[in-house]
Parts: sequence; C-alpha cells; structure tokens
Amino acid sequence: MSAPLSAEQMAGASPTAMPADIEKAARRVERRQAFSAALLVLPLIVLIAFAFLIPVGLLLFKSIDNPVVAEGLPETLTALQSWSPADGLPSDAAYTGLKRDIEKAKAEGTLGVIGARLNQDTPGARSLLQATGRRLDATTDADPHQAFIAIDKRWGEPEIFGAIRNAGDRYTLNYYLNALDLTRNTAGDIIAKPEGQRLHINLFIRTVWVSALTAFVCFLLAYPIAYLLAHLPARRANLLMIVVLLPFWTSILVRITSWIALLQKQGVVNDALASLGVIGEAGRLALIYNMTGTIIVGTHILLPFFVLPLYSVMKTVNPNLVRAATSLGASPFTAFRRVYFPLTVPGIFAGSSLVFILCTGYFITPALVGGQNGQLISNIIAYHMQQSLNWGLAAALSTLLLVMIGIVYFLYTRLVRDQR
Amino acid sequence: MFLPMSPTAGPLERLWHVVFSGLCLAIFAFLILPLVIVVPLSFNAEAYFTFTREMLSLSPEAFSLRWYRELFTNPQWAAAFRNSLFVAVGATLIATTLGTVAALGLAKLKPALRASVMILLLSPMIIPIVIVAAALYFFFTAIGLAQTLTGLILAHAMLGAPFVVTTVLATLSGFDWNLVRAAASLGAGPVHTFRKVTLPAIAPGVISGGLFAFITSLDEVVVVMFLASVDQRTVPRQMWSGIREQLSPTILAAATLLIVASFLLLLFAEMIRRRNEAARASTHED
Repeated sequence: MSAPLSAEQMAGASPTAMPADIEKAARRVERRQAFSAALLVLPLIVLIAFAFLIPVGLLLFKSIDNPVVAEGLPETLTALQSWSPADGLPSDAAYTGLKRDIEKAKAEGTLGVIGARLNQDTPGARSLLQATGRRLDATTDADPHQAFIAIDKRWGEPEIFGAIRNAGDRYTLNYYLNALDLTRNTAGDIIAKPEGQRLHINLFIRTVWVSALTAFVCFLLAYPIAYLLAHLPARRANLLMIVVLLPFWTSILVRITSWIALLQKQGVVNDALASLGVIGEAGRLALIYNMTGTIIVGTHILLPFFVLPLYSVMKTVNPNLVRAATSLGASPFTAFRRVYFPLTVPGIFAGSSLVFILCTGYFITPALVGGQNGQLISNIIAYHMQQSLNWGLAAALSTLLLVMIGIVYFLYTRLVRDQR
Repeated sequence: MFLPMSPTAGPLERLWHVVFSGLCLAIFAFLILPLVIVVPLSFNAEAYFTFTREMLSLSPEAFSLRWYRELFTNPQWAAAFRNSLFVAVGATLIATTLGTVAALGLAKLKPALRASVMILLLSPMIIPIVIVAAALYFFFTAIGLAQTLTGLILAHAMLGAPFVVTTVLATLSGFDWNLVRAAASLGAGPVHTFRKVTLPAIAPGVISGGLFAFITSLDEVVVVMFLASVDQRTVPRQMWSGIREQLSPTILAAATLLIVASFLLLLFAEMIRRRNEAARASTHED
C-alpha cells in the first residue's frame, strides 16, 4: 500500500520496452507488496494455528500414541518379545520383569494409569494390577511365577500377557480397530468384536443415514420457499427473508428449548392433538427424545443453510429461459422439469452437501433431544472424552469422522466440477 | 406473500397456485412458530412447559413474571449473563480485528495462494465442534489455558474470525483500491489511509462480520462445556444444564430474552446490509 506506483501500472506503460533495471525494480515492488499482504494475514493464521490446527493435530496424534504400557511395563515387554500366547505361559523372566515394573510403577504412582489403559482392552485388568501391587513383597522374589498365580489365578493364564503385549506398542492402531468394532485376540490376530459390542459401525451408519435424511427433508422444504423468495418482488422477499434468517440468528439452545416445549409428551403439539380428539390421552406421540426428535429439530436448525445457497442460485436463473420453453409449447410443469429445475441443481448440491456435512458433526441436538436411539457419532466421541476417558478411542473416532467429512467434501467438489 | 399469477391461468394452474402458497405458508410457520411459541409460554404462572387451560382462556392470573424474576434474582443466571457478555465481547474484538486485517491482506494475495489460505482460515467452520472442543481441552490443559476466560475468548475468537474474513472480503470486492493510492500520493501514511479511507468504506462488512462473531460466541456451548469451570458457565451452558437436569420455565424466560436480542441484532445487520447496498447502488449510478 505504501508503494507510490504498483507494478502493473508501471508495466502497463509499455511492457515490451521496459529496461531491465526498471523491470527488476517493478518485481521488487511486487514482492514487497506480496510480503506485506502476507504479513497482514499472519496474525489470524497464528490464532487459527494456536487455537485450532495445533490442538486438532495433537488430538489426531493421540489416536496412535500409546505410551502408557510401553513406558510403564518395559521389562515385562522385553521378556515377552519372542513369546506368543500359543507357547502357553511366558518364562519366569516375564514374571520377574513384571514384578519389578509393578514395584517401580507403585513407587512412581503410575500403577493406576497403567491399569486403566489395560482395562480398556481387558475389563478387570485394573483391579487385578492394583491387587497384585498391594500383595507383592520380598517373599515373592524366590519364585515370582508361583507367587503371582497365588495372588490371582488370572496370572496363570496366557490371556493377560497377550493383552499386555498387545497394549505395549509405543504407537498403535488398536484404537482404530476399536473404533471400527474390531479387536485382537490374544494371538494378536485382528477379529471382529462379539456381536453385542459392535457399537461404532452402527453409529457411523446411523450418522450417515440421519444426515442424508435431514438433507433430503431440508431439500423438500427449502425448494418451495427458495423459489418463492427468488420470484417475489424484492420488498416482500426481503421481509420473508427475515423469517428464514431469524431462526438462523437465534441460539441453538433456544430453538431446542422451544421444540421441547412443542413436542414433548405433555407439550403443545400433543396437548392440541389430544384436546382436538385426534389422539387419546394414552396415545400421546413420542415426538422427541428419540431419532424423530433429532431429525425434526435438525431439519429446523439446518433449513436456512439449504435455503440460502439455493436462493442465490435461483436468483441467477434467467426467467426468459422458462418463458421461451412455455412459448414453444411446453406446459408449465414440463418447463419447470426440463428447464428450470436442472438449472437449480448446483444450488441443491451446495445446500445438501452443506447440510449433510454440518449434520454429520451434530452434537448438541442429539445430546438434548435424541434420547437413546437418536445419538450420533459426535455424542459417542464426547462420551469417550468425558465419561469412559478412553481418549485414544475418542481421537480415533474423531479422525474417522474427519475422513468421512473429507470424502463427502471431495465428492461434492467433483460433482460441482462435472456440472460445469 | 403470494406469487403473481397470470390472468390466463387455467383451473389446474389456479389450484396448484393455492396448494403451493399453502405449502410455503406451512414451511414458514415451521421455521418461525417454534420461536414465537416460547414467548407466551415464558409468562406461564405455573411450572409447566405448555399452555395451561387458564392461559388459553386468557385469564390474567394464568400469566406472571415469575420466571423472569427467578432469572434476574438467581445468582447463577446473573453470573452466566456476565460471563457470556464478557467472553463474547472479548472474542468479537479479537476476531474482528484479526479478521479484518487478514481480509485486507488476502485481497492483495495472488488468487491461487488466496484460495489455499482461505481453506485454512475457513476450516474451523466445517470441522465438527466436538472435535474442536476435545482438541482444545487437551491443548489448553497442557499449556494452562483450560478453565480460564482467556482460553474461552481465544477459542471463540478462532470460531468467529472466519465470518469476519468472508464478510470483509465480500465488501472489499467492490472497493476501489485507487482511493488508497490517491491517499498515499497525497502523503497519507498507511495507518492514516486505513483509518480515513479504507475503514469507512468497508465498515458495513466489518460490522456485520463482527455481529456474526458475536452471535457465534454467544451461542457456543460445546467448547464452553469442555473448557469452562463451574463459575465460568455462560448462558447457553446454563440452558444446557437446565434442559438436561430440571426443565423449569426459567429457561423459557432466558430463551425469550435471547430471541429478542437476536431479533434486534438481525434487524441491525439487515439495516447495515441495506444501507451498504444503497450506497453501492448510488456510487454505481454516478
């Protein structure tokens, strides 16, 4: 900005006849301008890096980072290096190593953390480790193998050592296995989890299904009103636009509160239907705290995101094209189907991919109105973050969710490119 | 609100016209009714989340300001309003300043470079908020910013800044950079030029971007849930526990106040947008 003349102005005078040193000076000015422009963007990049990129990067790293057992039970792991559960019980060296590791962990106060990590794969491992830690003493030195089995008979089975070895890699893909409902057996082979424990794949499928359904319902509702807004005289369109924008500007929590007041068993809708005699007192509809609730409220919240891009595409459609079609004998319906609708498809793509992407990340709505069967993938991530404290799994699920969103975004850009 | 109809329309077309208008009316009702319904419900004299028989017969005893009194006298809600306002103002100031300056830089970058920087700057808008909140929880805990209002302000500024960048960039697309050159040639320094020439011209974009950032912070609950301590609860966080734990009409009163606030902000934003459009139209006529 401080340069008195920009490079293109200098070049514009006579680009071919420019002496070399002026050309050089022009390029220098250009470089300086680019540099000062970059300098202006820098503070925001620093903020985004600090409060977004670095934290998210570290979170994703947590999905493979697995230091607890590797650093907590090093001697055990060394002794287990060439062992396999098929060999039966490990050598005495493993028991001696385990004893030393447990004593060291007890002294450093990390035994609970190691136990918690093992517990993620092997329920009960935490209390086993704690109890063993309490009962280990000098008398176990002579024959640690028998002493361990005397403390708990699980130490006499190869499974627990298999679990320790599986959890002992410094970097692991086990969280991803868990996130995809897979697990390792004690021999280390990847197998599907037992039927009753397969939660995540179903949640991913449900998230995609709910998002697709919400996008479709939004399309059905957005198309007529976007059409209306695009074809009304500006004054009235502006007024109606406020109706579309007001929910957009209103807090999500407020909208959820209103929907609860409307939809719950003793809510306005059920009260109205009951007093009109449409439903009996016993037949009050379960409209909320289930998947229906997630979809109704989700549609309400995301509808403006469909209307706005669709509206701006419809504004660019030349009305003469439809007029030409009808004047050539097409019925209004045919003119709409063959001429108008195809021209608005880019708006539909933009709206539906926006709604779909936002919906896959939905957290607040399902958490508050989704009940049991309306929970989505974000909710299980929050559960593993806050309740089960399995942060590696939360990170792996987050990564998979991001990959899913990335794929949808990629498909969207491909679709848009093919349209052109 | 109805579309004009051609006088030659046949009966089928007339019927469709009526159906279409009814359909649009229903969809607009779906959009707006949930917001409107909260307002009368918040004046309920009883602790119900629905209209009582007395309310429907409009008897005056059925209405009261009970829940508003509760809202204003409860210290938790008072603290929540204070926290929300403090965080939102702080986040908006940071987001607006950094976003505006960045947009000025972006406008001068080469298009290819600008596109990739934009993807970087806008990515917080698409990434699921739970992932952002979880990530911030770990990182801010590690560097001692968790459970501080500073941490919340920085996080909300990051979430709001993309809105400022997009609105200011949009305003800048109609900006005549020769004005800056003219100011410079008359001897104004870059800061002076910015204050006297650039800023007044892009002010509508800056203000509406700032409003977006403000609303974003005011509405944000997930990051607050992961980062804030109990005394740092904001209004949405307070409403969250209200919805989860005990459904009292106090949250309807809070909701009504927020609806009024967002309506005023929306009118303000629309006013600025229209004034900007009018100003642009008049400069193009000249």
